[in-house]
Amino acid sequence: MIRFDSVSKLYSSNPRPALNNVSLEIVKGEFVFLVGASGSGKSSFLRLVLREEKPSKGDIHVLGQQLTTLSSRKVPYFRRNLGVVFQDFRLLPQKTVFDNVAFTLQVIGKSKGFIQEAVPDVLKMVGLAGKTARFPHELSGGEQQRVAIARAIVNKPAILLADEPTGNLDPATSQGIMTLLERINLGGTTVVMATHDAGIVDSMKRRVIELIGGQIVRDERQGGYQTQSMPIQTFGLAGSGDAQ
Amino acid sequence: MRFGLVMGEAASGLRRNISMVISVILVTFISLTFVGAAILLQLQIVQMKGYWYDRAQVAVFLCTAAESNGNCSAQEATPEQKAAVEAQLKSPDLAPYIEKYEFEDHALAYKNFMAFSGDSAYASFVKPEMLNESFRVNLKDPDNADVLIENLSSFAGVQEVKDQRKYLDQIFDILNAASYTAIGLAVLMLIAAVLLIATTIRLSAFSRRRELGIMRLVGASNRFIQTPFILEGVFAALIGSVLAGGAIVAIVQFFVRGYLVEALPGATSLIGLGDALLVVPVLIVLGGVLAAASAGFAINRYLKV
Repeated sequence: MIRFDSVSKLYSSNPRPALNNVSLEIVKGEFVFLVGASGSGKSSFLRLVLREEKPSKGDIHVLGQQLTTLSSRKVPYFRRNLGVVFQDFRLLPQKTVFDNVAFTLQVIGKSKGFIQEAVPDVLKMVGLAGKTARFPHELSGGEQQRVAIARAIVNKPAILLADEPTGNLDPATSQGIMTLLERINLGGTTVVMATHDAGIVDSMKRRVIELIGGQIVRDERQGGYQTQSMPIQTFGLAGSGDAQ
Repeated sequence: MRFGLVMGEAASGLRRNISMVISVILVTFISLTFVGAAILLQLQIVQMKGYWYDRAQVAVFLCTAAESNGNCSAQEATPEQKAAVEAQLKSPDLAPYIEKYEFEDHALAYKNFMAFSGDSAYASFVKPEMLNESFRVNLKDPDNADVLIENLSSFAGVQEVKDQRKYLDQIFDILNAASYTAIGLAVLMLIAAVLLIATTIRLSAFSRRRELGIMRLVGASNRFIQTPFILEGVFAALIGSVLAGGAIVAIVQFFVRGYLVEALPGATSLIGLGDALLVVPVLIVLGGVLAAASAGFAINRYLKV
């Protein structure tokens, strides 16, 4: 589904790599947390999966596409198989909930009939069935994030990328969002979520990939936000990562 | 459906940027009017050249009793002198250059004069013998007039050898200068128009950057994203071009046909409405293509994936 082969990403303004020799594989149907301090490379990872950036070194395969050689003309069609959710929602303020979700389908050329059917469905699924005619500023943060999630999944993507989707929300609301993401994951969608929310990661018991300074220092099935084993092992792993 | 969406996006962009759009319209309007005027002037020159060069002859004016300049001494050219000139025209020196020549005697000269300005105030004072007799020479290549002038000017009984094109060349020089000035102004204005369109489009893209970001994120194709912006530029420029076309037609209709034709009754070969209608599509295509190119360039730089 997603495979990184010794991927490094260097930004021209910064001599330190944002990602340093990262190799990993995420398979279909997984729910993966990406954790690490700010600047550890989580967002760079997501941007690389989205093909907003090209890696400086290494190969990336997503959904059977080799992203390093994918022509920029084909990038839009590739992105139709991915859904993305952000911390700041990124809704269009002058469009209603329904139109915000419908907009994604319109711009990729779906028919009116399809939109009329798919949008109410997905809004019902995220729990906003009664609020289709509202504008974003009339909604709470949690509801706005649900609209953003609806928009991301309305086209039934194989992968959902979430960049700190609960970063702006209180814990109770966050829990609701996580339940929703879990439901989406149960439907077969691979979910990759970058987060700082220790409580969520600990309670969900899913695969956790921890990045420090652009390197993977931990990749645990059913992990927590902090490593569950002895803290010293973190340093040991980090050291061995350097040696590779 | 998609077509409607693209048009809707373009329309909302136009509405949002209305002041910039109006300035684009005005600048393209004025610049294309200059382009059109330059084309019309060139058409006018070509038309006049075509008309007059066919008729322009080298005239070998012979002396009359009233003239004392040139080789004349206030004496009518004698038949011997005429024969000598005619012999020279037939000689192998000049014959290869000459297509045909004819002799215009006093009677014929008077007839032509009366036909052209018979109704003028001084016509009644003119007598046939006051008008020069002349050989009217049509050359194979009008550019060789100097050969004739050099060859015949020194003949006895010849007052003057004149290339009639010399009169016209002055007029053409003036028209040419005017059309080059118009082209120069047009180029400057077109550069301004192109830059203005690019700026307008970039502004429009900036005001819609949220939508653009989402469009790119969810996989709208580049063509779908660009088209509304290009349409926006093309639409504004097309309005300007149509206005410029209207101005060109109006200039020809009211100034050239309505005024100049009255004011210059002798000028038989002025451009007409047909020429103006020929220029209009050129302006519209030029406006559209320039706008599409500059808008496309502007939005492309904004959209680099």
